[in-house]
Amino acid sequence: MIREITIGQYYPADSVIHRLDPRTKIIATFLFIVSLFVFDSFTGYIIVAGFLATCIILSKVPFSYMVKGLKAIVMLLMLTVIINMFMTPGEPLITVWKVTITKEGFRAAAFMGLRLMLLIIGSSVMTLTTTPNNLTDALEKILGPLKVFKAPVHEIAMMMSIALSFIPILIEETDKIMKAQMARGADFENKNLIKRVKSYIPILVPLFISAFRRAGDLAMAMEARCYRGGDGRTKMNPLKYCRRDYIAYAVCIIYLVAVVVIPRIFVI
Amino acid sequence: MNLIEAKNLIFEYIRRDKDGEVDGVTRAVNNVNISVKQGDFIAVLGHNGSGKSTFAKHINAILHPTEGTVLVDGKDTLDEEYLWDIRQTAGMVFQNPDNQIIGSVVEEDVGFGPENMGVPTKEIWERVYESLNIVGMYEYRKKSPNKLSGGQKQRVSIAGVLAMHPKCIILDEPTAMLDPIGRKEVIRAVRALNEVENITVILITHYMEEAIYADKIYVMDKGSVVLEGEPHEVFEQVEKLEELRLSVPEATKIAHELRGKGVPLPVGIISEEELVETLSKIL
Repeated sequence: MIREITIGQYYPADSVIHRLDPRTKIIATFLFIVSLFVFDSFTGYIIVAGFLATCIILSKVPFSYMVKGLKAIVMLLMLTVIINMFMTPGEPLITVWKVTITKEGFRAAAFMGLRLMLLIIGSSVMTLTTTPNNLTDALEKILGPLKVFKAPVHEIAMMMSIALSFIPILIEETDKIMKAQMARGADFENKNLIKRVKSYIPILVPLFISAFRRAGDLAMAMEARCYRGGDGRTKMNPLKYCRRDYIAYAVCIIYLVAVVVIPRIFVI
Repeated sequence: MNLIEAKNLIFEYIRRDKDGEVDGVTRAVNNVNISVKQGDFIAVLGHNGSGKSTFAKHINAILHPTEGTVLVDGKDTLDEEYLWDIRQTAGMVFQNPDNQIIGSVVEEDVGFGPENMGVPTKEIWERVYESLNIVGMYEYRKKSPNKLSGGQKQRVSIAGVLAMHPKCIILDEPTAMLDPIGRKEVIRAVRALNEVENITVILITHYMEEAIYADKIYVMDKGSVVLEGEPHEVFEQVEKLEELRLSVPEATKIAHELRGKGVPLPVGIISEEELVETLSKIL
């Protein structure tokens, strides 16, 4: 299960979405997330889902990859849905003992669940189609103006890109440690939640130690390759907007307008 | 002028206890004198803890000598001013392939060094393709490094150093974590660098088979150089090498034992082919 976390992983393919400028993708993803919260009817979800489906098809990333990202948040998703379902006051729909599900609660739960799912899938479209290096290059550019306030923009961007590219390696490591501990009789399947949480300590400790060791090694390897911060660094892929980026921005704006306007006209 | 010159190099690790008090001093490198000419292939052998990796890190100015000097292309590694020149002249490949790959796509990783050096974009790409071709990884340039085998990852690391156009490459046990196939791949790439590209190679290893192609071998033990010479001269001393807990190549060992049993074999046989050839002449 642990190997299936796809957030922050890159899926190499040759598609329009892959070729878009990462800045376009970041801003578009941001707009997409905002768009999820501007409407209040199911019509909106149809537009959003349609837009997202088009992006996924264009990206040539298998849909199963996107859905895998959801597995990581299943617990959070269920929690949100349940809390929304039972805690929203309103017109009672079903009452069992002391628990009441209201009509509004049902609706709010469905909305929140859908929103979260679309949010995760939407952001995985970005991370799956953009290499971490490109992503951080873009962030560096977008946040560039903050340098005026002495914010370490380059350093933050670098840290993020390294963290992202180390996710698969650390996952593999966790897997290895888990197997090693299981071979020594560790029990990860215990029904008792507290015992199960406790059983993860012998995984976390070696994982942290090895992560620190890796970090030290990596820092040394980076220095050996003349890394000395962002000043005077050139880019292998300097960011440059092309026609397709302007088209993408136009599409995003049309989409945003559609999401704001249409659900107000056709309310479901 | 020698490309790399280590004079009376001493390096000490200071051990501290948990209160930060000095607990003791370990001398990892003790009075080492090594000089390397442009275009040489040097192997430094030694078992774990012999100080060979510590020595290697001095050439790249990752560690600084406690006493003595290290000159790379005539520049003192202690001189902060030349730090980046030195790192560019003497590139370094480390042991663990996973911990030195920075990019998430092969070509991005190879371009990391030139990017840091401020090479113009167009030239970065030329360098990346050229380096990937030299190590035979060109067709993997769009792949994620996580999907490659250990040997392939190490070849990418070598390409990453090559793209910086160094005069010298130091490989710190590049094959220690690889399987036999990966080891062969890496050693083949390293030899090509030296023979075809005429890049100086310093190979740190504890596998003697990898050292047979070297122009000169240094054997280290407890921080000092205990044996040095051409492969033939070094491998003759089978007893001494075994005393140092180094495994002598199979062919040399067999030749040595046959000689002990009275078979008139010349000293200095290091490869299997050599052994077969000489034996078939005698028999």
